[in-house]
Amino acid sequence: MQVALMVPCYIDMFYPHVGIATLELLERLGVDVVYPTEQTCCGQPMANSGCYAEAQATEEHCARVFGSFDCVVTASGSCTHHIRNKFTAGADTPEKQNLVRNTYDLVEFLHDVLKIREFPWAIFEHKVALHTSCSAIRGLNMASMSERVHDPVFSKPKALLSGVPGIEFVEFERVDECCGFGGTFAVTEEAVSAKMGYDKLAFMQKASPECIVSSDMSCLMHLQGCARRQKQDIPFYHLAEILNGVSL
Amino acid sequence: MSGVVDQARNAETFLADTVHEERLDKLLWAMRLRRDAAARQVPEWEELRTLASEIKEHTLSNLSQYLIQFEARATANGMIVHWARDAHEHNQIVYDILAEQGANSLVKSKSMLTEECELRPFLERRGVRVTETDLGERIQQLDDQPPGHIVGPAIHKTTQDVATLFSQKYGSDPRNLDAAYLAGVMRENTRPDILNAPAGMTGANFVVAETGAIVVATNEGNADLSAHTPPLHICSVGIEKIIPTTESLAVFIRLLTRSATGDKITQYTSMFRGPRKGAVMHVILVDNGRSSRLGMKRFWHSLKCIRCAACMNTCPVYRRSGGLSYGSTYMGPIGIIMMPTFEIRKYSELPFASTLNGSCTNVCPVKIDIHEQIYGWREVMEENGQIQVVKKEAMRVADEVLSHPTLYRIATTALSTALEVLPHFAVYNRLNSWAKHRDVPEAATETFHEWYRNNRLHTNEEVRRG
Repeated sequence: MQVALMVPCYIDMFYPHVGIATLELLERLGVDVVYPTEQTCCGQPMANSGCYAEAQATEEHCARVFGSFDCVVTASGSCTHHIRNKFTAGADTPEKQNLVRNTYDLVEFLHDVLKIREFPWAIFEHKVALHTSCSAIRGLNMASMSERVHDPVFSKPKALLSGVPGIEFVEFERVDECCGFGGTFAVTEEAVSAKMGYDKLAFMQKASPECIVSSDMSCLMHLQGCARRQKQDIPFYHLAEILNGVSL
Repeated sequence: MSGVVDQARNAETFLADTVHEERLDKLLWAMRLRRDAAARQVPEWEELRTLASEIKEHTLSNLSQYLIQFEARATANGMIVHWARDAHEHNQIVYDILAEQGANSLVKSKSMLTEECELRPFLERRGVRVTETDLGERIQQLDDQPPGHIVGPAIHKTTQDVATLFSQKYGSDPRNLDAAYLAGVMRENTRPDILNAPAGMTGANFVVAETGAIVVATNEGNADLSAHTPPLHICSVGIEKIIPTTESLAVFIRLLTRSATGDKITQYTSMFRGPRKGAVMHVILVDNGRSSRLGMKRFWHSLKCIRCAACMNTCPVYRRSGGLSYGSTYMGPIGIIMMPTFEIRKYSELPFASTLNGSCTNVCPVKIDIHEQIYGWREVMEENGQIQVVKKEAMRVADEVLSHPTLYRIATTALSTALEVLPHFAVYNRLNSWAKHRDVPEAATETFHEWYRNNRLHTNEEVRRG
C-alpha cells in the first residue's frame, strides 16, 4: 500500500524527529511511504482565524500536491480535522475532493485501516499521561467525549499505546478538557490559553506521570512551553515516537 | 478599535485575581459534573436532545403561525398582548403601561431579555424605581454590574464580596459569611418592596401556543411573588421562546434544569395562563433582531437556545475569563454567536474567544452547533472587514509563503530560524504574546524536509506530484 506522508508545518520546523518517527513507524509496518517534497501546510492557521481568502492559495497548493494519492497520512488530528471537515477556502476540484476523502490521522490509519494492535519492538516501561486533542476527540471521534455520557468509553490512541509492552496510563481529572492551545487562540488570548495549559499540567502532575504523550504535537508545543516556563522538566512525546520505540 | 469589546484583555484582568478565577472555574466545573450525572440518569437523554432540537426547529420554521395562535389564546385568557419590534419599543410599552396605572415602582424577577433591552436604566431615567427580586440579580443591581452568568448572575462573586456589598448597602455584618444570614438580609430588605409594589414584572422561559400559557422556572419563588403580589403583571417574552404544546413543554422541562445545574427541576415551575381576579396581565412579544437572525442561513439555530448556560459552565475559556469579560448581555459560547447579531462591530472580537474545542455543542440540550457557528462568525468578521489590518496582512504573507514551496523552504531552513516564520502564523499582535507565559519551542537544527533530503532522497526516487 502506497501512502503519502504529510508532515505538518510546525512538525517540519520544530519537531522533525516526530516526522522521522512517523515515517520509520510506517515503514516498519511495511507501508510504502512517499514524501511529496513540494508540500507546505494545509492553510489551517489562516482559515481558523477567519481569513479564508488568505487560506485559499495554500489550500489549493495542498490539494495539488496530495490530490492524486489514494491515501494521505499525517501525524496531526488538527490538520486531519481541518482537511476533512473545514477545507472550504479553495476551489472544489476533484483533487481536493480526493484529498478530503483520503486523509487520515496517523492514529486512524494504524487503528482503523491497518488495524495494528501490537508494537512489540517498542518497550516503554513508564507511566504516561495521555492527552488527546479536541480536534481528535470531537472533530474526528477518535475517543469518547465526556459530555456524551451514554456513549461507550473508548480511545483509539490509548488502544494503540496499550500495544506497547510495559506502558501504564495515569488517570487525571478533566481528561478531555481543552489544553488551551486552540491555534491562533494561543496568542490572541494568551492569558487564558496559558492558564488552561497550566491547569491541564497541574491535573496531570497530580497523577505523577513520568511523561506526557499526545497524538497532536500542537497541544504538546503549548503544554511543553507552559511546563518549561514553570521549570517542570517532564518529557513530552508524540504517540508516533512511543509506537516507534523511543526510550525515555 | 474603540467601541470593540476586548474580551482577551478583560479576561487577562480577571485572571490576575486568582481567588475569583479559581473559584469560578471550580464552581462551574462542578456544575458541569452535576449536569453529566443528571444526564446519566436519563437513558433517553440523547433522544430528548434531538426531540427538543426538532421541536424548536419546527416552531421557528412556523414562527408567525404559532405567535398568532399564542396571541389569540392569551387574549382569550384575558391577557393584553403587545408586539415590540425592538428594545426601545419594548421599553416604551412597559413605561406606558406603568404610567397609565400611575405606577412609579416595579419589582422584577430575572429576565435576560430586559437586560438585553436595557429596561432598568430606561425606566430609572423616567423616575420609575426598579427592584430586582432574584438574589443574584439584586446583588448585581446593588453593585451596579450587569449579570456575569445568565443563570447565576453573581456567580463570579465570593460570599465575602456579597457580605461586604450588603454591609455597604444595607448595613449588615460584613464578617458574617453565613449564606442563610445573607439571604435573610436580602429578604428583609426587598420583601417590603414586593409587598408594596404597584407593578411586577417577569420574563418567560417558554410560552405555549396552544394554551396561551407563560412558563417561568425559578428556584427562589421570586417570579411568583413579583407576578402575584402586585395588581399588575407585565411579562416580557422573546418571540423565540414559543413552543407549540404543553406536551412539548415536558421535553424542555426535563432538559432545562438538568443541563443548567444538574437538578431534576427548579423549585418553582409556574404557568401563568391569565390575570388573577382583579389584576391585569400584559404580555410583550419582543423581536429585537430575532426575526432578522431567523433569516441568517448559518446562524438561525442560535434561536433554539433555552438559556440553560450549560455551554458557559463547560467552556474552559468562560470559566477562566469571567462573564463580565464579554462586555455583553449574553456571554460565553452562546453569547459569542448571539451578540454579533445585535452589534457586529462592537462584538467582532468575541468569535476569537474560543478554542473551538466543541464541548459547548455536546452539552447543548437543544443541539445548537455552537462551536461551528463560532467558526462561521470568524469568517463573517473577515468578510465584513472586522479583522484587524495587521492580522490580515500577516495571514496574507503566510498564504504567500505557504503556497510557494520555494519560499516556504527558504523561510523554514533550519537556523534561518523558524521563529522568523512563527510571527506570520501567530504573533501578529500583542508582540510575542506566546512567550509571555510560555517558553518558545527551540528551532530544530535540521527541519524534517532537510533531514529527508539528506537521508532519504539519495536512496529514494524523488516524488513530485501535482
